[in-house]
Amino acid sequence: MTRRLRNQLLDHLLHGAGMAATLLGLVVLGALLFDIFSDGLGRISWDFLTSFPSRRAENAGIYAALAGTVWVISFTALLAVPLGIGAAIFLEEYAARGGWSRVIEINIANLAGVPSVIYGLLGLGLLVRTLALGRSVIAGAATLALLVLPVVILSSREALRAVSPSLREASYALGATKWQTIWHQVLPVALPGMLTGMILALSRAIGETAPLITIGALTYVPFAPAGIWSPFTVLPIQVFNWVSRPQEAFLENAAAGIIVLLALLLAMNGAAAWLRDRFQQ
Amino acid sequence: MSSSTTAIPSLADVAQQSAESGAADTPTKVDVDALSFFYGEKQALEGVSLSIPANQVTAFIGPSGCGKSTFLRTLNRMNDIIPRTRVVGKVAIDGDDIYAPGTDVVELRRRVGMVFQKSNPFPKSIYENIAYGLRINGMAGARSELDDRVESSLQAAALWDEVSDRLRESALALSGGQQQRLCIARALAVQPEVLLMDEPASALDPIATQRIEELVYQLKSKYTIVIVTHNMQQAARVSDRTAVFWLGKLVEYDKTSQIFTAPSEKLTEDYVTGRFG
Amino acid sequence: MASERRDRIERLIERGLQACAGLSVLVTAGILVVLLVETLQFFREVSPFEFLFGTVWTPLFLQKSFGVLPLVGGTLLVSFIAMSVAGPAGLLTAIYLSEYAPSRVRRVVKPVLEVLAGVPTVVYGYFALLFVTPLLQQLIPGLSGFNALSPGLVMGIMILPMVSSLSEDALHGVPRGLREAAYALGATKMQTTVRVVLPAALSGISAAGILAVSRAIGETMIVTIAAGQQPRLTANPLVPIETMTAYIVQVSLGDTPTGTLAYRTIFAVGMLLFVSTFLLNLVSNWLRERFREEYA
Repeated sequence: MTRRLRNQLLDHLLHGAGMAATLLGLVVLGALLFDIFSDGLGRISWDFLTSFPSRRAENAGIYAALAGTVWVISFTALLAVPLGIGAAIFLEEYAARGGWSRVIEINIANLAGVPSVIYGLLGLGLLVRTLALGRSVIAGAATLALLVLPVVILSSREALRAVSPSLREASYALGATKWQTIWHQVLPVALPGMLTGMILALSRAIGETAPLITIGALTYVPFAPAGIWSPFTVLPIQVFNWVSRPQEAFLENAAAGIIVLLALLLAMNGAAAWLRDRFQQ
Repeated sequence: MSSSTTAIPSLADVAQQSAESGAADTPTKVDVDALSFFYGEKQALEGVSLSIPANQVTAFIGPSGCGKSTFLRTLNRMNDIIPRTRVVGKVAIDGDDIYAPGTDVVELRRRVGMVFQKSNPFPKSIYENIAYGLRINGMAGARSELDDRVESSLQAAALWDEVSDRLRESALALSGGQQQRLCIARALAVQPEVLLMDEPASALDPIATQRIEELVYQLKSKYTIVIVTHNMQQAARVSDRTAVFWLGKLVEYDKTSQIFTAPSEKLTEDYVTGRFG
Repeated sequence: MASERRDRIERLIERGLQACAGLSVLVTAGILVVLLVETLQFFREVSPFEFLFGTVWTPLFLQKSFGVLPLVGGTLLVSFIAMSVAGPAGLLTAIYLSEYAPSRVRRVVKPVLEVLAGVPTVVYGYFALLFVTPLLQQLIPGLSGFNALSPGLVMGIMILPMVSSLSEDALHGVPRGLREAAYALGATKMQTTVRVVLPAALSGISAAGILAVSRAIGETMIVTIAAGQQPRLTANPLVPIETMTAYIVQVSLGDTPTGTLAYRTIFAVGMLLFVSTFLLNLVSNWLRERFREEYA
C-alpha cells in the first residue's frame, strides 16, 4: 500500500470514528426517550396527575410530588435569583479587580464543581439541624438555592458584561449615581439574558434528587405542601421511590413520572429559548 | 427640511470671526493647572495647564492617542469609572477644584455634560431618553413640566421638528445623525453649564456632520463648549480657541485663527498642515 | 444635605450587594465546617488509618467495620467505566464537530448533545436499571441485576457532552495558523489533527477529562439506582457494588438516628468526596489556565 493511500484511509477512518462517536450520543438519547415513552405513556392521565401516591400502583398519582416541586422550585428561585443577581452586580460593576473579588471568583468557580450530594450534607448539617428548619420545603429550597447560586451568578455576570459600557457612560454623564445607572439602564438591558440563565439554572434544580434525599425529603408523601414548613417530596424523588420497587406496575409509574418531569423541563427550556430569541438584538 | 439659518464661517472667514469673539474676551470657566493623568503605570497626560473661556467653543486637536480625549474626560471626572487611574494637578470650574475631597461628582457631571464619539442613546423611547436625566436629578415635578422640558431640549438640539410626532418610538430607530443630536438634547436637558463633546461627528456623514457643527455654533451663546476632534477643518470651522496635544502634552493653545494661520510651534504647524497625524 | 443622603443610600446598596457576593464564600466555609465538625467527631471513635485503609465497610451492621476502601473502589470502578466511554467518544465527537463536520451538522448536533447533558440523573438511573442492564444481560450471561458496568456506561453517556464541548473549545483555541502550516506541507486532515492540533490542545483536553472524572466521582443517582448497595472491594464490573455517593443516599433514606457513629460516617465519606473532587477541579482549572496562557 502506498503511503499516500494509507494516509487517505486513516483520514477516512478518523472521520468515520468521529461520526460514529457523535451518533453514539444521539442514538442513546433516542433509545432513552423511546424506552421511557413506551413504558410510561400509557400511564399518563388526568387521574395520574391529580392523585396522591398509593400502595396500589394503579391508583397512585404524581400530584404530591408535582406540587412539592412547584413549591420548592418557587422558593429556590425566590432565594437564589436576588442573591445571585446581587452578587453578580457586585462582582461585575463594583468590585475592583484582584484581591478580595478574585478570591470570591475562584471560590464561585470551585463551588460550581462541588458534587450536589455535598450540598445535601450542607443542608442537612446547617439548615435542617443547626438552623432547625427541619425537613421542610424551605430547607429544601434553601439547599437547592445554594446549589444553583454559582450558576446563577456566572450567567448573570455574562449578561451584565454584554451590556455596552457606552450606556453606563451616557448615564453617568447625565449626573446619575452608580446605582441609578445600574437600576435604570444596565439591568433592563441585561434582564432577558439573566432570565434565560435563571431558567436554565432552575431547570437544573428541578432534576436534582440526591441533595433533597440527603436533607431528608420524604419518599412517601400523601399530601401537597401546606406551607414552607411542610414536609415535601419532589418529582425526581417520587420517580426514585417508584424505581426502587420491584413490582412492574410501579416501574410504569416511574416512567410516567419521568415523562411529567421531562415535559416540565422542556417547557422551561422552551421559555428560555423564547426569551433569548425575543430579546436578542 | 428645516436647515439652520446660521451660516457656518468658512476657513477663510475664521481669522476675522475669531478676532471678533477674541475682542470680547469672556471670563474663564474651566481652569486647569499642571494636570497629569495615569492609566496604571502608564502616563497619559503630562502637566497640562490651560484656561477655557465661558461661552466659547474650545477645540482639542492632535493625533490619535495624544491624550485629548483623556483630557476631556478629566473635566467631568468621567475617568473615575475606569479602574486603576490616577489624577495629579488641579481642575477648577468657576474657581472650585473638582478634584478636591468632598466634591460631589454626581452633581459635577450634571453641570458638565458630555456627548460621546459614538452616539449612545438608551434603548428606550425618544421621550424617555430625555426624561431620564431630568428624573434622576429631580428636575421635573409635574408631568406637563417634564413634557415642556423634553420639548425645549429637543428644540435646542434642532431635533424637535423631526421627532415631535414620534416621541414614544424607540430612539434606536433614528438615523445616526439624529441619534447624536438626541444625545446632545439629552445632555442639554439637565441644564449643564459646560458641554464636552468627544469627536461627536466622527461617525457621521458630511450632511449630518454639518448639522452638528451648526448646532455647536448656536449653542455657545448659552454653554461653554469643549470639543475634541481629529478633523482640523472642523476645529477651524467651529472653535474660537484651539489646543494642540501631542504625546500627552499640550503643545500650543491659542485663538483658533492664530493656530491655523500663524502657529508659534513647529509641531503645530506640521500637524495642521497635515505633515503627520 | 441631599447629596449626603444620596451617598449614604448608594453605600448601603453597595454593602448589600457585597454581602450577596460574600455569601458564596460563606457557603464554602459552611460546607467545610459542617463536614469537618462531623468528621472530627467520627475520628474520635474510628482511627483515620482504619477509615482510609480498611477493606471492610459495614457501619450499619452489628459487627461494625469502617474501612472506606470498598466505597472508594466502587466509585473508581464506575468512574473508570464511565471515562472509558466518555473519554474516547467525547474526544472523537469533539474532533468530528470541530474539524470534519459541516456547520449545518454542528448546528443541529450541539443543542441535541446539550439536551443529553440536561437530562436529570434519576432518569439515567431508570434507563440504566431497566433498559441497559437487561440488554447487557442478554450479552453477558453472568451479569447481576445490580452491577457497576451498566451505570458506568450510562454515566459515560451522561458526561460525554461535557467532555466533547470542553474539548471542542480547546480544539477551537488552537490558532488557525498552526493548521494552515500543516496543510501547506501537504498533510491530510487526520495528520494535521493528530500530529498538530491534538498536541497543541492537550492541556485543554486534559482539563476537560479531569473535570469529567470529578463529575463521575460525584454523580449519585445513577449508581444509587443501578449499581446496588453492597460495598465490595472488587474490580469485577458484573457484580453489585456501592459508591461513596450511593452510601450517603442509602443512609439518608434509612432510619439511622442522628448523632450516632453510623450517621457520622456519611459526613466522613462526604469529606473524602469533597476533597477529591475539589483537588481534581483545581488541577483541571490549572490546566485550563495554562492552555489559555499558551494561546492568549
